[in-house]
Amino acid sequence: MPHLLSFPRITRRAGKVWYRNMVVFVRTWQVNFFPPLVEALLYLFAIGLGIGSYIKEIDGIPYVNFIAPAILAIAVMNSAFFECTYGSYVRMYYQKSFDAMIATPLSIEDVIAGELLWGATRSVIYVIIMLPVLAAFGVVSLPIALLTIPFAFLGGLMFAGIAMCFTSISPGIDTLNYPSFLFITPMALFSGTFFPLTLMPVFLQYIAFALLPLTHLVAIMRMFTLPSLSWMILVHLAWIAIITAVFCLLSINLMRRRLIV
Amino acid sequence: MKKGEIFGFLGPNGAGKTTTMKMITCVSPRTSGSLRVLGMDPQQNPAEIKQRLGVVPQETNLDPDFTCFGNLYYYSRYFDIPKDLAEKKADELLAFVQLQEKRDVAVEKLSGGMKRRLILARALVNNPDLLILDEPTIGLDPQARHLIWEKLRNLQAQGNTIVMTTHYLDEAERLCDRLVIMDNGKILVEGAPADLVRRHVSHEIVEVETSAEVIACLTELGVPFEKTGDMIQITTDSAREIARTLLERCRPEKVITRPATLEDVFLKLTGRTLRE
Repeated sequence: MPHLLSFPRITRRAGKVWYRNMVVFVRTWQVNFFPPLVEALLYLFAIGLGIGSYIKEIDGIPYVNFIAPAILAIAVMNSAFFECTYGSYVRMYYQKSFDAMIATPLSIEDVIAGELLWGATRSVIYVIIMLPVLAAFGVVSLPIALLTIPFAFLGGLMFAGIAMCFTSISPGIDTLNYPSFLFITPMALFSGTFFPLTLMPVFLQYIAFALLPLTHLVAIMRMFTLPSLSWMILVHLAWIAIITAVFCLLSINLMRRRLIV
Repeated sequence: MKKGEIFGFLGPNGAGKTTTMKMITCVSPRTSGSLRVLGMDPQQNPAEIKQRLGVVPQETNLDPDFTCFGNLYYYSRYFDIPKDLAEKKADELLAFVQLQEKRDVAVEKLSGGMKRRLILARALVNNPDLLILDEPTIGLDPQARHLIWEKLRNLQAQGNTIVMTTHYLDEAERLCDRLVIMDNGKILVEGAPADLVRRHVSHEIVEVETSAEVIACLTELGVPFEKTGDMIQITTDSAREIARTLLERCRPEKVITRPATLEDVFLKLTGRTLRE
């Protein structure tokens, strides 16, 4: 039995799983394209204009501009995370799609890799849909903000990997609620999203920086949209790259352990 | 396995039929022994083997996000079959399993029998050299079973080699050229269905309703018999004679004579105790 961080044999056939998910997504585009549009508008109006009318600005930045990158980062997190938890779980357990696929030349490693790539792609699509809305309100600064699109892929892949690890150890679909409510929801609030990290006690700042993936995602998104690039981007990118690699490898090995008996 | 034959795996629940199928289809690793599928090792060349296999699983795992046509078309894409060829093949196969009218219908709308037919069609998209069927007619009504049987015989006539598992002994008797009966992961017997019946039971069976009188009478006559629930079974080569003797001398309630079947072999070899 290969150990949990061994490098799996993935072939280009993983692309076929990605393609299958893409086809289904495009075919049901009405239900898929609408939510990110609405989500962007809701955040902008409720938090940006609502709360923003009291706060005006943070560290000299208009409040709506401050939260705009957080809206993108949360969308990246949610779309990849929910795709690779509930979405993948349904395909794995209820639809038995993975069983059907591994009866073809595809291996289980190809299938999971395809699912992860698809989760990341979904994050990219969400950012592509949301970015014009934010740009129309003048809260992100083009053209540098366009960098959020390719970056969404890396950020999405990180959350896809983390999500797939939960999927691989979840006894049932209901237990996926735990990571959603205990991990994702708090993270959306305490990662420097709607208020700066520096407002929290120092030890919490350390925890957020060391353990919360969204912190790094938001930080980079903010550098791209304000824009306010600094060398710190390298630290954030390195953190994300390492976590992405670890969790993607781990998730593929865990899924093989779960499905191959 | 010989080319062009239908080979059956029979056995009670938990005998290891599905596990065997999973090892052949390169899904489950084997713990010991050797296995060659199409001359290759499933652990070394899974993709090459699976490229040439057609698999009908026990559980229905059609893709609910696609129509009937979509299920065949997108499945062929996993085999690297070019688009236009995949489209043509999908329509051919829908005709083969008589689902042309359901071409653009979502798979959830299909009946159980239609789903099994579609799965059979899906297993054929890559023109497999070897077709693996795990309980192909499970839960189907007689009409649907007969249709599947007809299709399987057509496939055999076209030169396909088929491996199947089944719980339905009449199905095995009708379809299989050769079969094995297995239990607890071991093969008990192997052979053509008719040979197995001859070798392990005999030609005919006489069944008599159990009563103390009949048992006493049979013991007196020295006829070997077996009690199975409320019936007594006598396996024989001369059912008529035995039946006549019984009727004349033992005054039984009910006597049935019938030819021996694979089911008799199966129960003799694997016992009557309920599994699981």
